[in-house]
Amino acid sequence: MNQTLLQLLNGLTFAALLFIVASGFTLIFGLLRIVNLAHGALYLFGGLVGYTAATATGSYVLGILAAMAVVALLGLVIDAGLLRFVRGNELRQVLLTLGIAFILNDLVLVLWGGDTYTVPIPDMLRGAARFGHIFYPKYRLFVLALGVAIFGLLWLLLNRTRLGALIRAGVDDPEMVEAMGINIRRVFLGTFMLGAALAGLGGVVGGAFLTLYPSADAEILVFSLAVVIIGGRGSLAGAAVGALLVGLLNSFGQVWFPELSYFVIFGPMALILAFRPLGLFGRAT
Amino acid sequence: MLEIRDLHCSYGDAQVVHGASLTVGDREVVALLGRNGMGKTTLVRSIMGLTSPQVRAGTITWMGDALLGLKAHEIAGRKIALVPQGRRLFPSLTVTEHLTMLKPIRTKTGWTADRIFGLFPRLAERRMNRGNQLSGGERGMLAVGRALMLDPELILMDEPSEGLAPIMVQHLEGIIAQLKAEGLGILLVEQNLYSALAVADRVYVLETGKIVYEAQAEAIAKTPDILTRFLGVH
Repeated sequence: MNQTLLQLLNGLTFAALLFIVASGFTLIFGLLRIVNLAHGALYLFGGLVGYTAATATGSYVLGILAAMAVVALLGLVIDAGLLRFVRGNELRQVLLTLGIAFILNDLVLVLWGGDTYTVPIPDMLRGAARFGHIFYPKYRLFVLALGVAIFGLLWLLLNRTRLGALIRAGVDDPEMVEAMGINIRRVFLGTFMLGAALAGLGGVVGGAFLTLYPSADAEILVFSLAVVIIGGRGSLAGAAVGALLVGLLNSFGQVWFPELSYFVIFGPMALILAFRPLGLFGRAT
Repeated sequence: MLEIRDLHCSYGDAQVVHGASLTVGDREVVALLGRNGMGKTTLVRSIMGLTSPQVRAGTITWMGDALLGLKAHEIAGRKIALVPQGRRLFPSLTVTEHLTMLKPIRTKTGWTADRIFGLFPRLAERRMNRGNQLSGGERGMLAVGRALMLDPELILMDEPSEGLAPIMVQHLEGIIAQLKAEGLGILLVEQNLYSALAVADRVYVLETGKIVYEAQAEAIAKTPDILTRFLGVH
């Protein structure tokens, strides 16, 4: 019983991290219609920037802010500096992001080497919280709370602000938004930077309990892809449900069918796609 | 005033508009008539600066400034609004959100959501519905309302009566007359001759990408059979 509860908590906390990373991914995917294959690299790069900033200043919060700022700037360079040259050609855009992923990975090796890093966490989040007979790491509970908070904030941004309405309208019909006098490119750029910043945030948050190592980017990218494909492109609720599904399947799958741990995630994903090709919350455009 | 001179547009290799010229004066309602596939929507898209079609030659000027080469949002910024063919509402946005995308809901300048709701009381009842949950008539109203929130001086309406019940078409004609009285210029693209004649000051007929006929609406009202030649209506 306790074991199951622990797996449930592990699944939920992993889902929270996945949501933070995948929400940025789905925002970019939904609006720009491209799969940003550099998203995992932004996660890793952000995590390492956060690690460096947090160890240098001794502040976890400063680590997070530094990671988000640096990765948002990277997003600015990627979107306004590189993707602009292949606008309108989805395949080229996706390949370009793949190239950026390789470059960022090499940059990571140059700057930080191939070691494994763990982002230091504040003292108040160290140790375990106790519920009856169960002890559970406080930090992972913090990640869970943060995931819920990010969901709430993004939901408010998208559904209760004019900027959010513009972003949603841009997902529906960017040309029409443009014809209403909105510079949709700026909305796209802002969304790209926000999505990138969320990857950076995920890197710091995840880097504290999953650690950061040279192939961490590919792993988180594959999980994020699964989350967004299951949830449906551009859907925040879809990303949340997809993250929960992938997080829980991953956590229970590893215990119940350790030799099938990837199949446990991608088998159901294939099944969902067979019946809902656009994902659970996806809509045709 | 909008002035189009000798406009040539194409989609890739296929030329659709072959040297069309037309003007829309201040406070003027101009109808652009023509059957399907004659290049009406292409013309409207070129005015709005939408990326396809490509304009090969000709000029489009608005208040003396060239519009060609500007981006769609820059053209909209010059107070030209579009009611596109098929309405193109946003399925994810509520009626209210369609009307408050451009301005805060409490805005006092120009058109406000409340004024639009006054013009179309039906939309007020539907304010929390999404763009894809409206009836055909409501969609038409919202597309017009959304365009008005730009505080335009010129509205391009691409077949606003398409798919509307006769009573709704009449309502729309009343709205167009009201907007004209408020000082807006309107370029009305129509297949429906009678709806166009009911509101237009002047009429152009576009056939295979060329303007083949131009007249004051009153002149046509006296000799209606002249248009059957071009439009095949009776």
